[in-house]
This record gives sequence, structure tokens and C-alpha cells, in this order.
Amino acid sequence: MDAVQKRRKDLPLTPLSCPSVGSMGKTGFWRTFRPKVDYSKCTRCTLCWVYCPDAAITRQDDDSPKIDYDYCKGCGICSNECPAKAITMHREEE
Amino acid sequence: MVTIKELPKEEYLLKGHAACAGCGPAISLRLLLKALGRRTILAVPACCTTVIQGPYPFTSSAVPLQNVLFESTGAAASGIVAALHQRNLKDITVVGWAGDGGTVDIGIQALSGAAERGTNFIYVCYDNEAYGNTGMQRSGATPYGAWTTTTPSGKRERKKDMPMIMAAHRIPYVATACTSYPMDFVAKLRKAKEIQGTKYIHLLTPCPTGWRCDTSKTVELGRLAVQSGVWALYEIEAGKFKLNSPSDRLIEKAKRKPVREYFALQGRFRSLKDEDMERIQKWIDEDWEQYSRLTSGSASELSLYGKI
Amino acid sequence: MARMIVDTANHIAGYAARAARVKVVAAYPITPQTTVVEKIADFVENGEMDAEYIRVESEHSAMAACMSAAATGVRTFTATSAHGLALMHETLHWASGSRLPIVMVVVNRAMGAPWSIWSDFSDSLSQRDTGWIQFYCADNQEVFDTIIQAYKLCEDERVFLPAMVCLEGFILSHTYAPAKIPDQAKVDDFLPPYKSGWVLDVDRPYSHGNLVSPEWYMEFRYMIQESMENAKRIIPEIDREYGKQFGSEYGGLIERYKCEDADLVLMTMGTMGSDAKLAVDSLRKEGLKVGAARVRVYRPFPSEEIVKLSRNVQMLATIDRHISFGMEGFLASEVKASLYAVKDRPLAAGFIAGLGGRDVTAQTIEKIAKKSLGYMHAGKVERETDWVDLKE
Repeated sequence: MDAVQKRRKDLPLTPLSCPSVGSMGKTGFWRTFRPKVDYSKCTRCTLCWVYCPDAAITRQDDDSPKIDYDYCKGCGICSNECPAKAITMHREEE
Repeated sequence: MVTIKELPKEEYLLKGHAACAGCGPAISLRLLLKALGRRTILAVPACCTTVIQGPYPFTSSAVPLQNVLFESTGAAASGIVAALHQRNLKDITVVGWAGDGGTVDIGIQALSGAAERGTNFIYVCYDNEAYGNTGMQRSGATPYGAWTTTTPSGKRERKKDMPMIMAAHRIPYVATACTSYPMDFVAKLRKAKEIQGTKYIHLLTPCPTGWRCDTSKTVELGRLAVQSGVWALYEIEAGKFKLNSPSDRLIEKAKRKPVREYFALQGRFRSLKDEDMERIQKWIDEDWEQYSRLTSGSASELSLYGKI
Repeated sequence: MARMIVDTANHIAGYAARAARVKVVAAYPITPQTTVVEKIADFVENGEMDAEYIRVESEHSAMAACMSAAATGVRTFTATSAHGLALMHETLHWASGSRLPIVMVVVNRAMGAPWSIWSDFSDSLSQRDTGWIQFYCADNQEVFDTIIQAYKLCEDERVFLPAMVCLEGFILSHTYAPAKIPDQAKVDDFLPPYKSGWVLDVDRPYSHGNLVSPEWYMEFRYMIQESMENAKRIIPEIDREYGKQFGSEYGGLIERYKCEDADLVLMTMGTMGSDAKLAVDSLRKEGLKVGAARVRVYRPFPSEEIVKLSRNVQMLATIDRHISFGMEGFLASEVKASLYAVKDRPLAAGFIAGLGGRDVTAQTIEKIAKKSLGYMHAGKVERETDWVDLKE
């Protein structure tokens, strides 16, 4: 189903929404703080991946985290929970 | 218990959704869908998740989801289950995913009815202890002393004990869970999936927006809730009560963190006075005496359902 | 094999739900509807009907369960009255907005306060804005036939709207009368398997009902209106087709009786339509040219039919079994609205009768007719809304 309708005739008979990444757009722009991973400290425990509310962290093949900054809202849970203190939060301007 | 790395990598709650930064319910819904898989149908009443999905024409849910009226989650799930049965469609898990307001207040009748009828579905109440979608008004699940927009000087009534209310329906499975104990939640969901009948899980989901704390503290807060005994992790399976780790090690008061530590992180408890704290601590200790009795009794005493 | 039975309209509604091969029934008791769901309980429990029977704990839940079952791909049914219907109000909006082809029997009963168990149309007519198609039946046979017709209509892809089939409490619901139950194979021919516009499907996941911004909400509402307009055309087609197959039809949207040369047409809904025919026959014996028109379908409102009906008619008398407080009878308002643009439209007088189950006989209707003829000869309507036989 085409996500964005331009014409009434393209509408479904009742609002049916398609599963989409970015239903609210690129929520990365909500951020004030951005997480940065120090891979030398990361123990590949994958807790950050489990706890990310936004699924913005992907678990890579070696179990290290990859952060999608298009969608990361900068909540800081990953940083707060990382047992190795491998994730730090930095102001966006930096 | 399933380990974290055994969880599927596939995402069924897609990124770019509308949840607040640090949303506890979003963490748990994401994990619920990983635990149960794509053959799941969600019935979702008016609640935070109504907004989290995102607006038409998009949705963040990769499983079929019916938005239903506020009161009606239990009834909606009954309808889905009935239709699937008539169509002979098997191996589809029906889940009612509702907030605390939609469960303990306006939704209680439909849930009670569905449970009394033994409807074969899993009901998860994700509890951020207020009506979150509308900006944090008190619900029956709001704890004593908490600020909300309708209890600006702190709620005067105690939190409704919804898990025990559901246990009184004699359903085969009742459990409590918490965002901060993800693998415990996953294990409970997977166990519930294999049981026939109504399964109720009451999930504490910390909410930085409503609980007035930093967005990074969500998981830490849930842990403190369990470690202080404010929230106990337990199961009632066929009427038998059992505390789960780490709550099973907290029967001794000395092992529980003082409740002040839990409140200190949350702006919504800022107006609590010393006598409120003492009162709350006393109630928690009383609850734990009850858990202790339920845990240490003989086999027949363990059954909450009595002699049927 | 078709067979004749003698049973109450409520039980006959149960037979119709069975004949329609409904798969999920939500059941909740309320006088005077209860015997509908009781009949279905018997059918289900003795194996005569293969359906899930959900004994819900309120009418709101009844409709919620039907909506979710319909969304999961099966034909659904429920029944209610009065305050049960009112309790469903929010769900009625959701059902039509969701475009789910649910059929519900409404056994008409007066709204309280105070409590009344007797019949009028205050329950269903209060719900006229909810996007549900509304049929009003005059006898037990029509109840059976209309339920079958309703499923065919609602599941038509040009419609996909829910419908209520209304029958008056006690007058029809508990009155034994003959009805023909057609051969099941013929019903199966007439009514194909369930179809809906969308379904909850793990292989094609959607979310339904997400927030719609002002940018598109109006267009979705317009589509409901379009479907109502389609229903106006399709209802008479289905009625005629049903008549050919099963031998009974009802005139589509409006059942006319001796209107062709009438000076005065008595407009009614429901069982009053039958009494109006008796009144017409009696008045015609006196040489008065009176006809009767029973509005069988209130939503969509048959405006075009009313315009056609009024050609060469001098006087319309509408008899309403309900009043919209602060205004007038529902039928009166909508008939007049339909005629507003017509240059030489007839005079119209509104009568309120039969509220709370008060009996409306052919004699009462004759009186109404005579009064209306008086207005007609005077060339003006003295009282636009007249409460019939109101005690001083």
C-alpha cells in the first residue's frame, strides 16, 4: 500500500495503516544528547539493544551495538544501563 | 530461562515511533513482540500505545493491531478469539495490551467478563501508574502519595491490587512483571502462550514523563521498585503463588532497599512527607508478610483459589 | 425444504441468524430482546447452529466483541433494546467508521427515565446519526427476510456498513404469527460467504483505527456518506431479488399502499404501517382518497422516494413514534427536509403517537387522517406537531 495518499480515490475504505519505519518521521531530531559507544570498553552484553525503547540500536553480528542516529531520541537509557560504562552522552552541538 | 542473545533480532515495534524518549512501555512492547513473534494479534484500547503507533497512514506495529474503544479490550479480545476459532486458524496469540487506566478503571468490566468466560488470550496491563496518554491523571493504579494532574497534592488512596483481583477470577495464570527485568517478562509471556485460558500479566512500566525523572532512569527506576519491594515479581499458576527472582530473596526486610531510595529519583513523590513515607513503608512490609505467608505455607495453603 | 412456523418475531430473528450462518453471536439480555439470544442459545447448544456464543457482560462489550470478530473475518450478530442500544452508542460510531458489516436486531423499546418496557422508536431513532443502516419491520416475516437482506446489503463492497433491523417490542417481539423459513440451500445461494473490506491477518499486518489528522478525516466520512447513497440504490435491488427467490418483498425503501391517486398520504414506520392500511381501506369506503406509505428504511433516508411519492399529493401526515425534544418527530423533520426544494410540495402535518407503547389502532389513524384532510381543505396546517390523544 502506498504510504502517502494524495487523492481520495486512493484511500482505503477505512483507516488502515501500514507497518513503517519512521511513522513519526526521523525522530533523531528530537535529541538533545547523543550517545557514543566506546567499542574498546564494550563487552557485547547487548543490554543496550534490549533496553532501547526505540529499537534504534541494532545488534551486529559480533553483538556490538550500532546506533541509528536517524531515530535515536537520546533518552540515555543505554548509557545509564551499560555495565561497562562504554556509552557516554554528549550534547548535540558538540 | 531464555537468554538475551536468544531473543530474535527482528523488530516488530519499528523505530521512529511516537513514544516519549525513555518510554518504559515501548521497551516492553518491543520485547513482548519478540517473545511472541509475528503470529500475534494485538487489541489496543485508548492508551499511550494508541499514540505510540504513529498516525495514519503509518504504524509502528509490524503485527496486526486493532485499535479498540477504551472500555473494551477484554471484549475485543473475546471477539478476535471467537472468530479465529470459527475460522479454524490456530497458533495465533491474541494479546490485549492496555494501560493501567484502561485496565483497572474503565476497562475492568470487560476484562473481568473475558476472564470469567475463560477467554483464551493474554492480557498485559502495562502500568505507568496514571492515564499517560492524556497527560498523567490519576488512575486506580496510581500509588498513594503520587502527584498527578488530578491529584496535585498527592493521591490519598492506595493502588488497586489488580493482580490479586484477577487471581480471584481463578484464571490459570496471573503474573507481575517489570520493564527492568526483560527476560523474566519474556519467560512469563512464553509460558502464558502455552497455557489455555485467560492469562493476566501486570507489568510495571516506569514512565519518565509522568514519574518526573530523567529519561535515562527508566530501567533503573523499575529495578529500584523491585529491590525496595514496592513491586514484587511473582506468578500465580493454577492458584499457586510463587515469588520470582530477585523478589524471592527479598522476604527478609533487611534485604529490601528502603523505599525512600525509590522515591528519591521521582519528582512525582516530591511532596511526600515523613509520615507518608513511614505509612508507605509499613504497607510494603505488610504486603511482604502476606507474600511470605503465601510462599511458606503448605501446598493447600499456597493455593489462592481455595477448595474449588 | 421451506417450512411454515408460527413463532414470535424474536424467535424468528434467531432463525434468521441461523439461516444467515452467523459465526459469532454476542449475547446480553434486555427486555424485550432477550428471547432473541435465548433462541440462538438453544440452536447453538443443540448443534443446530455452528457459532461462537459469547455471553458478554454488557451491551457495550457485545458490540465491541462483534466488531473485533467481524474484523477477524466472520459474520457476526447481536441484538438489544433501549438502554442497551444507548450503552452501545460509542461503539456504533466505531463500527460504522470501521466499515464492518455487522447486523444487529433492535427490539424497539422506549428510553427512560422513567423505566418503560413498551415500544416506541426513541431507542433506534436516537442513533440515526451513527452511520448505521436502519430497517423498520412491520411483521414477523419481514423480520426474517430483512435480516437476510441486510447481510447481503452490508457485505456488498459498495456498502460495507453495519445495519440494525428494528422490530417493535411486544407488538412483534412476543407475538406469535406465521412465517416461512426458506430452504437453507436457497438462502446459501442468495447469501454468499462472509465478505468484509479488511481483515486482521498475521500475513498482511495492518493497524486499524490510528489517529487521522484533519487532512484526511473528512474524506473518510465522505466515503461513509457515499456508501449510504449506494445503499439507497442497492436496497430495492436486493428486495426485488429476494422477492423473486423467496416470494416476499416490501417495496424497497418505502412500502406504498393505494398512494397512486391519493390526496392524503399517511406516513408511518413499523407496525403502524399495517394499521394505516386498515385505516386507508375504511376511509376509501367513505370515498376519501387516502393512501399509506410505510418508511421501511430510515437510514439512508429515502428522500428521492418521498419526492416521487408526493407528486400530485396534497397532504402528508407523518405519524412519529418518537419525538426529538426541542424539535419535532424524526420522520416529520426528514420528510419536510426532503421536500424543501420541491416547488409544489404538499402540506405536511406531524403527529406524535404511541410513545411508551401506547396502542395506536386503525381507528386512531383514521382520526389522524380526518384531521389532516381538514387541514388539506383549509389549505393550511393548524398545528405542525400534534400529540395524539394526549390526556388533559
